[in-house]
Amino acid sequence: MNFDRTEEAQQLAASIARFVERDYDFDTRRKIVGSPEGFSRDKWKTMAELGLAGLCLPVEHGGFGGGAVDAMPVMEAIGEALIVEPYIATVGLGAQLVARGGTATQKDRILPEVAAGDLTLAFAHTEADARYELTHVATIANRRGAGFVLDGEKRVVVHGEHADLLIVSARTAGSVGDREGLSLFLVDRDAPGVVVHGYRTLDGMRAADIVFSGVEVGDDAMIGDADRALPLIEAVVDFATALICAEAVGAIRYANDATLEYMKTRQQFGVPIGSFQALQHRMVDLFIEYEQVQSMASLACAGVDTEGDAEARKRVVSAAKVRVADACRRVSQESVQLHGGMGMTEELKVSHTFRRLTTIAQQFGDADYHLKRLAGQAAADS
Amino acid sequence: MVGNDDFRIAMDLNLSRAELAFRDEVRAWLSANLPAELKDKVVRYQALGKDELRRWHRILAAKGWVAPSWPREWGGNDWSIVQRYLFEEECGYAGAPQLPPFGLAMCAAVLVRFGTPAQQQRFLPRIYQGDDFWCQGYSEPGSGSDLASLRTSAVLRGDHYVVNGQKTWTTLAHISDWIFCLVRTGGDAQAKKQEGISFLLIDMKTPGITVRPLVLMDGGREVNEVFFDDVAVPADQVVHEEGRGWTVAKFLLGHERLNTARIGISKRELEGLKAFAARSREGGRPLIDDPRFRDRLSRLEIELMALTMTNLRFIDRFRGGAAPGAEVSMLKIKGTEIQQGLTELMMQAAGPLAQRIERYEGMDDDDLLIASLAPRYCNYRKTTIYAGSNEIQRNIIAKQVLGL
Repeated sequence: MNFDRTEEAQQLAASIARFVERDYDFDTRRKIVGSPEGFSRDKWKTMAELGLAGLCLPVEHGGFGGGAVDAMPVMEAIGEALIVEPYIATVGLGAQLVARGGTATQKDRILPEVAAGDLTLAFAHTEADARYELTHVATIANRRGAGFVLDGEKRVVVHGEHADLLIVSARTAGSVGDREGLSLFLVDRDAPGVVVHGYRTLDGMRAADIVFSGVEVGDDAMIGDADRALPLIEAVVDFATALICAEAVGAIRYANDATLEYMKTRQQFGVPIGSFQALQHRMVDLFIEYEQVQSMASLACAGVDTEGDAEARKRVVSAAKVRVADACRRVSQESVQLHGGMGMTEELKVSHTFRRLTTIAQQFGDADYHLKRLAGQAAADS
Repeated sequence: MVGNDDFRIAMDLNLSRAELAFRDEVRAWLSANLPAELKDKVVRYQALGKDELRRWHRILAAKGWVAPSWPREWGGNDWSIVQRYLFEEECGYAGAPQLPPFGLAMCAAVLVRFGTPAQQQRFLPRIYQGDDFWCQGYSEPGSGSDLASLRTSAVLRGDHYVVNGQKTWTTLAHISDWIFCLVRTGGDAQAKKQEGISFLLIDMKTPGITVRPLVLMDGGREVNEVFFDDVAVPADQVVHEEGRGWTVAKFLLGHERLNTARIGISKRELEGLKAFAARSREGGRPLIDDPRFRDRLSRLEIELMALTMTNLRFIDRFRGGAAPGAEVSMLKIKGTEIQQGLTELMMQAAGPLAQRIERYEGMDDDDLLIASLAPRYCNYRKTTIYAGSNEIQRNIIAKQVLGL
């Protein structure tokens, strides 16, 4: 047993910390969020130069061959500084789908560019009536000649508005809800028949609803095997879920630090409010939440890296997500409450952390969804 | 003990025939007179502007129902406490706009109790008719829960006070015509801080007043900072006597606030949540059929049932005219927890779509509704902070009820 970080991990954490300090203070983030694109290509390029974009990509395609555990310091920094550049969309989802399922040609074309920070990706999967159910795909890909024609609608595609390349799930067989019959396609965001409605999301990032009407793609656009994309999708979404658990660690650390500082400095009735025992105990509970989330994030990241068995992987990821979602909710709500009215304001960073934590609690499945996935497995075991 | 009348409690959970008739009258009137555009905005969680609030205010005033708790001579209705509760509940349930309480409920109560006849004649009719909107100048940057430590000063010079200082979290200051303020006319913000506080009425158009918005995280405009820079206020606009403002503030805190639980609104929202969950799909199946979601919904409904009964029990207790005490604190705590729970469950019901907080052309009705849910969840965090944070309410119960 060893929970110490390797020297490489410590160096990585230090270089991200320098990046945040130099290039990503809260005012800078505010300006980026308010810009038309909602993220900064310059900052993204800088992050790539630090090795962050290639961290979890194969060495033979310009990456460093790392896993979720290696990405933990990156995700914690992203959570702490509320970085809005498309790390989960591009590295956590898009590039993972290509790296794990793509042809040699696709990997050669896409992954080095991702690692260099020159190409961003988005995964267009969620549909209107799916909630978090990954099998609920109604978008259809019909074979035509030497390719396919896509028709359907995707919702809340994070970074979908500005990604250079979309990865779209569609049915090549079966019907909505079937585990079989799903395939993945690379689609240019500017391809004829693609209509993108972009908008701001709760956490200050941008996403899009995307309509595909008779969008033609070639055979070479397919990622992985026809009809059998679901296991790949599940593995990659679990990977991204583990990453946002690690992101929650950083966001909760910030929320707790800010709240603790406020309790020590805010004076009412002639004393700091942190001197009231009723509030002290609440702060202690938040501190315990932080430790528990660190533990569950580690479990989830190690799980997606090492678990060969899909059922075992799902179990740890769901367990972590339930615990993390509950902590996100509690910490976010309490940090605002303990800040009083100030915690409600756009001006204070803690209200932005509140929003990101609220999003993390729901992203890739809320506590109820993952509890159900976990309980379903428990029933199957017995 | 069955059958032994000596041990039977004389409990009757039903409203009297007269009370039921009153409720039906209010309900029928609301369904005929509440403008559909206003109701639509309320039930779809959209903010109402001053003109819209005033429109509803004047409809109620024309009916004679805008200020039921005022004395009859100023337009009140002599309704019983039960009638006033039923009226509020029906309005909330019907989706009527909530009128700001600062003029109608707060300033008016103070003027009725402490105002001079001249002050009453000057301000009450204009409040009744919706001519003046009021806001409340209590909190300051350094004085939130510890209200008595306030520092905004008012110095008497001849026939007027000169006011300097800053108020904050001032709800609706940007659309208000007048502000009632607690100001320091003497004493010390540190020692004996309750002494030397005065209750002052200030015209928002007076030179030297600056209103600056405080943007909340849902992006909405409702609270402000208000700055006073050598603002001249005629001395006859002090209420009660100079230095007796804390008495006025305490009176207002203890003033009837038995609608603080907002039962009617929560009942309507719970029904809306059920309907929304029945329309929402999870993997194609209605979300309402998901046992985990149903349990969350049911627990919230049970909390609301309990609070409804608690509220009615408290009202029954005050029928005789006894002044409500710490009961109000309990209603505020539980009422706001339920309101927050509803916003949270609505957002949860929308699932991944709740992330979408902006609208675009071509969205359907539910998509438009969904865009309001996450901002509303954020906004409603305020309910456990404002009007005496729930921590302060618990302090009140600990001290006044439990003697701790």
